[in-house]
Amino acid sequence: MPSPDIRYSRDHEWVRLDGDIATVGITDHAQEALGDLVFVELPAIDRVVEAGEACAVVESVKAASDVFAPLAGKVVETNQAVVDDPAVINGDAEGEGWLFRLEIDDPATLDALMDADAYAAFLSESEA
Amino acid sequence: MTQPIPLPLDAWHRAHGGRMVAFAGYALPVHYAPEGALAARCRGGVLAEHLHCRAAAALFDVSHMGQAILAGPGAATALEALVTGDIAGLAPGRQRYTLLTNEAGGIIDDLMVAALAPDRLLLVVNAANKAGDFSHIAAALPDRITLSPLADRALLALQGPRAAAALARFCAAAVALPFQGIGRFPLLGTEALIARSGYTGEDGFELSIPAAAAVTVADALLAEPEVAPAGLGARDSLRLEAGLCLHGADIDAATDVITAGLAWTIGKRRRATWDFPGGARLRDLLRTGPARRRVGLRPEGRAPVRAGAPILDPSGQAVGIVTSGLHSPSLGAPIAMGYVPAALAAPGTAVALGLRGTPVPARVTSLPFIPHRYA
Repeated sequence: MPSPDIRYSRDHEWVRLDGDIATVGITDHAQEALGDLVFVELPAIDRVVEAGEACAVVESVKAASDVFAPLAGKVVETNQAVVDDPAVINGDAEGEGWLFRLEIDDPATLDALMDADAYAAFLSESEA
Repeated sequence: MTQPIPLPLDAWHRAHGGRMVAFAGYALPVHYAPEGALAARCRGGVLAEHLHCRAAAALFDVSHMGQAILAGPGAATALEALVTGDIAGLAPGRQRYTLLTNEAGGIIDDLMVAALAPDRLLLVVNAANKAGDFSHIAAALPDRITLSPLADRALLALQGPRAAAALARFCAAAVALPFQGIGRFPLLGTEALIARSGYTGEDGFELSIPAAAAVTVADALLAEPEVAPAGLGARDSLRLEAGLCLHGADIDAATDVITAGLAWTIGKRRRATWDFPGGARLRDLLRTGPARRRVGLRPEGRAPVRAGAPILDPSGQAVGIVTSGLHSPSLGAPIAMGYVPAALAAPGTAVALGLRGTPVPARVTSLPFIPHRYA
């Protein structure tokens, strides 16, 4: 279940902020929609990304999907576990299946993202 | 946007956890998220459904495909004016894969043609080309030969090394069919046209049944312990492992039969006269050799290389294009198919594939990636 301290993007990424470090992954809804993931490509450490910039790729058997940085910042850590075994994302997209961590420029930009209720509403709208 | 058309098993798919997508205008499951006993048999998802088909048996709904009866005196000869295959030479109870060609020898569609009886053929064409194919064929028919689309029939495919064991419990006679054999059989209170064929590289059957009987037949087959439902995702990965073309991706009206590596569909008798659309051009291309060829590709590493990726020669020049590419569940590695200059078509040739702007080394390979295991 989405937890309240997590924010969500319209591109189906989640962000959890600890100080100025944002942990980013794809939402459970996204992993469910993509199906079995078989390949993950993550950004290089120290890469500086803009909000909305494509910076990772998750691939199912059939299709590749970009992952966009939900906030501007610098990549400080990536999750090798999901590169080694992309199925970790299918199993726990919003926990063990995190993708990368950003040192973010401005924590206030988090407010532009959706909280759990808003994301749930966004999902039901897009399914309607 | 028009809504995708539901097929006879629409509610059945949804009840079994089918994740429905629009494909060629129809709503079909791309994969399933089954629950309960079915999930214990096959947990669902493209990977598990694919591997279940290779190991046991998978049930696919392919009712979106176009089925039609071509009937009348000289029906086979009339169809031969449009396709590469020897249709007149098909004995009743036999079918073959053939190609509708245009005047340039390009492939309008690929299809199965079955001889049900003298002067009575069953055609099965691709969903996306159904309307075009049927009007193209109908326009070429002489009087007294008619093409009748079978809009009220479903088509199921039961594929895998255990498919015959499962089907035998309902229709032992059908399991006596040879590869590419077809017949009409009583099945679960209805009548079925059953062919021993498929699109996975495995032994298996394709069952054309009245739409009204589709749920009964699907339920009965799925109750067998070997069988799990499989969606369009696994259908695509299975066919690519088997080296089989997808029309609209690997072959199309702008790609000729010889370049596509499908010269084997031109019947021996047809090669005496080349009397089908584009025949003379294909005869010449076969003699001189095509400039490009369709090949298998094995990229290094784990990143899947998708349709549309450029194929680069050793100097880095873009010389071809990937037409299908995905992660092979059986090999646990990326596989692809595409077109390269004839000089680079030999198995083992080193090429590179452009992946998000970075060249990935790859080898040209022979097809299929996984050996066929037909009956």
